[in-house]
Amino acid sequence: MIRTYALLAWTWTRAAAQYPLSFALMTAGGLVVGGLDIAVIWVIFANTDALAGFGLTEVMFLYGASQLAFALADMLFGNVDRISQHIGAGTLDVMLIRPVSPFVQVAADRFTPHRIGRSIQAGAVLAVGLTRLDVPLGRVWMVPVMVVSGIVIFTALFTLGGALQFLLTAAPEVANAFTYGGATLTQYPLSVYDTRVVRGLTFVLPLAFVNWQPGLYVLGRPDPLGLPSWTGLLSPAAALTLAAVAALAWRAGIRRYRSTGS
Amino acid sequence: MILGHGAAVSLYPRLAWYGFRRHATYWAAALAGAFTNTVFGVLRAYVLIALWQARPGLGGYDVAGAVTFTFLTQAFIGPMQLFGGGLDLPQRIRTGDVALDLVRPASLQLWCLSEDLGRAAYLFVVRGGPPTLVGALLFGIVAPHAPAAFLLSVALGVVVSFGWRYIVALATCWVMDDRGLGVLSMVLTTFFSGLMLPLAIFPGWFGELARALPWSAMAQVPADVYLGTADPARALAFQALWAAVLLALGALMTGAARRKVVIQGG
Repeated sequence: MIRTYALLAWTWTRAAAQYPLSFALMTAGGLVVGGLDIAVIWVIFANTDALAGFGLTEVMFLYGASQLAFALADMLFGNVDRISQHIGAGTLDVMLIRPVSPFVQVAADRFTPHRIGRSIQAGAVLAVGLTRLDVPLGRVWMVPVMVVSGIVIFTALFTLGGALQFLLTAAPEVANAFTYGGATLTQYPLSVYDTRVVRGLTFVLPLAFVNWQPGLYVLGRPDPLGLPSWTGLLSPAAALTLAAVAALAWRAGIRRYRSTGS
Repeated sequence: MILGHGAAVSLYPRLAWYGFRRHATYWAAALAGAFTNTVFGVLRAYVLIALWQARPGLGGYDVAGAVTFTFLTQAFIGPMQLFGGGLDLPQRIRTGDVALDLVRPASLQLWCLSEDLGRAAYLFVVRGGPPTLVGALLFGIVAPHAPAAFLLSVALGVVVSFGWRYIVALATCWVMDDRGLGVLSMVLTTFFSGLMLPLAIFPGWFGELARALPWSAMAQVPADVYLGTADPARALAFQALWAAVLLALGALMTGAARRKVVIQGG
């Protein structure tokens, strides 16, 4: 499965490499679009020293961690959100009769390597934030764990969004509210939101485990909701639970799919 | 065929009506867009509330004003096409269909503008209504300061937005890859229209520059007219000026494109 994915992704990468200027421009475009977020954070902190109790460096760390996870998930599996186009065009039928998982085929179809630009930007912000933070070595190991958990959580969200499109073929944009919405939501410390929202994001849709709970652990800060400090260590478990739910939803969607037959 | 005077008068309103009806067909997509705009509005509102709690009165808005600003600008995304696009022109240039458009006995620019006004009128209701309504229910938003001036300001904002998008679309004639242009236009529009943050809180000379650029006429200025934080007459004059400049530039480019296009016979 991984081999097939890698093969398909490599094919699309080679195709993209045929137009090197276009590839370079689109990669730069990703860097610039990501740079906009930084411009927004810069304007906010030109007006205040702390946003909901967090300073510029801490916000950069939280932003970098969640956006790096999102950018990588988007590059590797984000094309799952184009499933409604495959349903509309009838290309999903073709994928279903091939002896490869349709998820792998949809995810690798039109693999866009230039999305790496966004990861580079987010990774740079994370690195700058971390070096200015002075995190003790005993807690810094959590950073890669949280990024990987974040990738799994966002991939699960993309998959859930894809599964939703089996029901809403005419309105695929609804799924964006969850995928891109989730990425936007985790850009800032969750303390800016209402505590009811944060509870929902902790216990129902575990977006708090992308960068908030593990981030609080890395920063050594108490949770405003009063949860114990080891809650952040549960990120991998939360990610795997959401992934299992997404896998079930995706299978239900595929099973429910009826081709138009044309 | 030469259109008579009467036909020319009714042509553009009719095109606007067709633009309206064409977009009304895709009501599900419009509602889905409205849903997404609303969700992002809620997220943005929380961040701005946190900022305004740290700095009450920042930029001349109170918290209710900042929340209203957020949902208004989210409501503008559809009608003002703040993420770009909305015109068929780039695709028609790539396929060569634009040659047909250029030989029509009607101005290409006015043709596109009429269709775009119809599109904007439909999206103003369907994509503008839900975010405003949800914002009012969840957070409470303030009532319009000058409703008539606000509607006029929205209409002028759409014309400025069209003027800009038309120039970007027509540039496809000279630049082969229109995607890069699209990204550039989106970055400029989303940041300098006030969609991401009110331009009133941009610091120093950067803020003054941002408020003078045409993109501010697409979101910041209509929102200020709504909130009463800008003098309506001055705001409308500012928008009208940029609308005139961009439309004139677009007209010049249309002339240049007309000379550049070579129609292959056969």
